[in-house]
Amino acid sequence: MIVQSVKMAWEAITSNKLRSFLTMLGIIIGVVALVVLVSLVNGATGAVTSEITALGNDMVTVSVLYDKGSPIRLEDLDEIAALDAVNEAAPSGSMNASARYGYSDADVSLYGVTPLYYNIQGLKLKYGRFLKTADVANASYVAVLSYSTAEELFGKPEVVGESLTIAGRSFQIVGVLDEDDSLLASMIGGYNIYAPFTVESRMAGEPYVTSIAVSPSGDTDATESEVESFLLARFHQDEDAYRLMNMSSISDAMSTVTGTLSLLLGGIAAISLLVGGIGIMNIMLVSVTERTKEIGIRKAIGAGKKSIMLQFLIEALMVSLMGCLLGLALSWVILEIVSAIAKTISFSMSIGVVVLAVGFASAIGLIFGLYPANKAANKHPIEALRYEG
Amino acid sequence: MSANTRPIISMTGITKIYNVGGEEVRALDDANLTIHEGEFVSIVGPSGSGKSTLMNIIGCLDVADSGEYILDGQSIEQYSEEELARIRNRKIGFIFQNFNLLSRMTALGNVELPLIYQRIRLGERKERANEALERVGLKDRSSHRPAELSGGQQQRVAIARALATNPAILLADEPTGNLDSKTGEDIIALFHELHRAGDTIVLITHNEEIAKQAERRIRIMDGHVSEVGA
Repeated sequence: MIVQSVKMAWEAITSNKLRSFLTMLGIIIGVVALVVLVSLVNGATGAVTSEITALGNDMVTVSVLYDKGSPIRLEDLDEIAALDAVNEAAPSGSMNASARYGYSDADVSLYGVTPLYYNIQGLKLKYGRFLKTADVANASYVAVLSYSTAEELFGKPEVVGESLTIAGRSFQIVGVLDEDDSLLASMIGGYNIYAPFTVESRMAGEPYVTSIAVSPSGDTDATESEVESFLLARFHQDEDAYRLMNMSSISDAMSTVTGTLSLLLGGIAAISLLVGGIGIMNIMLVSVTERTKEIGIRKAIGAGKKSIMLQFLIEALMVSLMGCLLGLALSWVILEIVSAIAKTISFSMSIGVVVLAVGFASAIGLIFGLYPANKAANKHPIEALRYEG
Repeated sequence: MSANTRPIISMTGITKIYNVGGEEVRALDDANLTIHEGEFVSIVGPSGSGKSTLMNIIGCLDVADSGEYILDGQSIEQYSEEELARIRNRKIGFIFQNFNLLSRMTALGNVELPLIYQRIRLGERKERANEALERVGLKDRSSHRPAELSGGQQQRVAIARALATNPAILLADEPTGNLDSKTGEDIIALFHELHRAGDTIVLITHNEEIAKQAERRIRIMDGHVSEVGA
C-alpha cells in the first residue's frame, strides 16, 4: 500500500510540475537558509577556535597586583611547577621599549622570560635558538625576535647573530620565531622581543615576578584551582592581590557565543521552513478541492479513509522531502562557492545539519499535510462523486 | 429462473429520509427488492423518484435509515466508512454515466485501481486487469489515457474496471446517458454479453427504451418500488 501511495503521489506531483516546484520553493529556501547559515557559523567557529587553541588554549596566566610583603621571586616558580596539576611555570614580565637597528626603529614589547616559556606559550622557532637557562643565570643581553619584528627592523627575517639596541642597551639576536599568520596575531599585531627574565626585570626596575604563565599537566580547571589556593596561601587569603586568567574560559565564552548565534540563525531559518510548510498546506488544500471528484471515484471503487489519507499525506511529505533534497544540493553548491571565495576557511555541511534539515522537512510535510489529507479522507463519497470542478 | 438461484440483493422495508430545508423527504419509503444471481435487472424511474438514493444504498455508498439490506449474504448495517469501502471494493462494480475514469492514468491503470485497494500483488493485478480489458474488447488500448479514447471506449474501460474485481453485482447508473445512441447500443450489447456469461447486472435509468432491454424491470416512483409487468 505504501509503495502504491508513493507511486500515486509521484504521479500527482509530476502531473503539475510548475505548481509542485513553486510549492517546494518555500521548503528549498528554508532548507538553504538553515543549512547555509548553520554551516557558515560552524565553519567560522571552527576557524576561530583553532586560532585560540593555537594560542595556548590550556594556559593559565597569573598577574600579581600587590605582593603583600612576600613577592614571588624567580626561584619561587619551582614551587608552583611542583604542584600536582601544574606542568611548567615561567615568568612573563613585560615592558614597552624602543628597539633600534641602524636607522630603523620600532616600539616593541619586551618580554622577560625563561626557556620554559617557549613550550608553555607554544612558540615556534624559524632561525637560531630560543633562550637558554645559562642566558637567564648570566643575565646575558641576548634576544629572540618575532618574525614580524625582524622584518620591521632589518627588512629580512634571517638576522641571527646581528645586534640591536633596546631601550639603549645592545642585545645580540640568537633566534627568530616562525611567522605567525594566525587571525588573532594579525588582529593584535605589535612587535615582540623575548629576553632573559633577569635582563628584562633589571631594565624594568621590577626585580620580582609579577606575571606568570603556567601550563597544566592535565585538566586546566584543576590547575587553575591549585594555583589559586597556592596564591591565596601566599598572599594571606587576599583575593585582590592577584588575578588568574584561564585561556580555556575564553574559548568557552566563544563557543557559548557562537552556539547562541547558530541557534538564533537556525531559528530564523526554521521560521522560513515553517512558512514553506504553510505553502504546502495551502496548495494541498487547493489540490484536495480540485481532486474532489478523484477522491469520490477512488472511494466508490473501494478506497477506504486510510488509503486516501495515506495518499495525500505521502504527497505532502514527498513535496517537502523533494524540496529538502533540492535545498541540500543548492546549499552544497553555495557552501562550495563561499569556501572557494573565503579560501582560508572551509565551510562544509555537517551530517548533523543535514539530519536536522531532513528531519525538520519531514516533520513539516507531515504536520502541514495532515489537515488537507484528513479533509480529503473525510469527504463523503456521494457528494465527492457529484462534484464538478 | 429466479426461484432456483440464490438472492444477491435482498431488501425489506428500506426507508431513507432526507431533511431538506427542515422538511422531511422520504426518498425511499418501505422499499422491498430482491435480485437473484445472474439476473439482468433495470430500475427505471424519472429524476427525483428516489432512483439515486436506491442506487447509493445498493452500492453501499450510503446506508438506509431503517429496513434490512442483505448483499451477497452479508447484512449491510450501520457499518463504518472503512468497512463500507471494503464491501464496495469487493462486491460492487460501479459503472457511471460520465465514466469517472482518472484522467492521469492509462486505461490499464484505471482498471487496476480497485485491485490496488484489494492489495493484490503486481503480477496478478496486471493479469486480471488485462483480462478485464480483453472482455470489453480494449486490450490493444490498455496504455491509452482516457482523453485519447472515445466515449464508448471510455465506458468500456469503466466496465472493465468494474469487472476486474469479480464483484457480486455490476451497478450501472445511466451508462448510456453520455453516449450517442449507436454507441449506447454497443454498450447495452456488451451488458447482454456479460449477462450471458453469468454476471449479475443492475441498470439504473430513466430511459424506458433502455430499461426494456433488461430481462426484468423494476419501477421506482416517489420512493416506492414496484415490479413492472409482474
